Amino acid sequence: MCLAIPLKIAEINGKEAMAEIEGVKRKIRIDFIKELKVGDYVIVHAGFAIEKLDEKLALENMELIKEVTDAALRSI
Amino acid sequence: MQHLDQFKKPEDIDKVIYAINNMKTRPIKIMEICGTHTMAIAKSGIKSLFNENVKLISGPGCPVCVTPNDRIDKILELVKNKDIIIATYGDMLKVPGTKIGESLEKHKAMGARVEIVYSAMDAIELAKNNPNKEVVFLGIGFETTTPGSAIAIEVASAQKVNNFSVFSMHKLCEPILRFLGEMEDFDIDGFLCPGHVSIIIGEKGFEFLTKEYGIPSVIAGFEGGDLVTAIYKIMSMINEGRVEFVNEYKRLVTYRGNELAWNMVLKYFEPTDDLWRGIGLVKSSGLKIREEYSKYDAVKKFNITLGTSENITVCRCGEIIKGKKEPIECPLFGTTCSPENPVGPCMVSSEGACAAYYKYGRL
Repeated sequence: MCLAIPLKIAEINGKEAMAEIEGVKRKIRIDFIKELKVGDYVIVHAGFAIEKLDEKLALENMELIKEVTDAALRSI
Repeated sequence: MQHLDQFKKPEDIDKVIYAINNMKTRPIKIMEICGTHTMAIAKSGIKSLFNENVKLISGPGCPVCVTPNDRIDKILELVKNKDIIIATYGDMLKVPGTKIGESLEKHKAMGARVEIVYSAMDAIELAKNNPNKEVVFLGIGFETTTPGSAIAIEVASAQKVNNFSVFSMHKLCEPILRFLGEMEDFDIDGFLCPGHVSIIIGEKGFEFLTKEYGIPSVIAGFEGGDLVTAIYKIMSMINEGRVEFVNEYKRLVTYRGNELAWNMVLKYFEPTDDLWRGIGLVKSSGLKIREEYSKYDAVKKFNITLGTSENITVCRCGEIIKGKKEPIECPLFGTTCSPENPVGPCMVSSEGACAAYYKYGRL
């Protein structure tokens, strides 16, 4: 039920936007996202964008997984 | 941009699994709170990669599974009213009420207006397109889903869509986790916290698990790499006697969460004592529509009397969502109860523990 999917913003009209994934477009609401622009990626749950995907944070997240992997490798 | 592959299968993730399996530890019980995690774990086959020391237990985070019989019966009364169109997320369609053989799907087959919607906004459109009918939107879901219901009420109020109302059965994570944590026979060692609820309520919404209950907890994403990383974190904390709170889903979850979304929820809803399947009434664990917006509250509009106690049945959903029983321990599992003919909501919802066990094989 809490399923959410990443979509790319194609068009913005007020509190609505057209978002797409692999050519499939859908109208979504963007009430909860500040400073959104065309080309940004958002994570969408039940027709509402709930957060923006941020490149910098994605890299930090990968770093965290790498730290865990390194710790695991040291332990074996 | 999305780096999805790196989260699905990061480099050397097999070595992390090997390290987990080689920890010298007692069996560790980890509860995944969220139904979407239950499904991601079942689908990825992760459970089968771990040895018997890693026990992954499904928690109370599948919103359909925790909806009590009383509310289902009340919905099945509403649907008999020819002036009402029920708008619902698809998961609710097959849930049976107290009367055997009765569900929204059966009523739909017999001609009742039941419409499946993807978003609360679709229910608003439905109301606009059917001005002579009353559209009742079934407000199911935890903190991730409720902001959408709040916006639907806001739009209905601004555009005077007065034939729209919400039957709020929305629930909150914190009160039910406190309820579990205070059970005498509570024996969960670590929590896998729901990634998408955390987007809304932030790290601060779950850190009480560590600070007040002393249980190592990790917010996790939904890809294989996220789950294995989070499980390693919990296992190593317990192994080394550390109690920490970790946010593994940093790419989307901040400390404070999405305050725009949560403030919208608080504008239209307020906490209320709420009924949970197989558990009963839990203090301040649900959300009801605030008095000022009662025009959009289906409970008020249709004089629904909400029950405050839960009947005990043979179905073990209640114990399963408390983490006390596994689906295979239910006498109905796989015999009387299957996804085609579900008895309890844990089998109805695609995210229910029983449906996940049935589909991905623990028989």
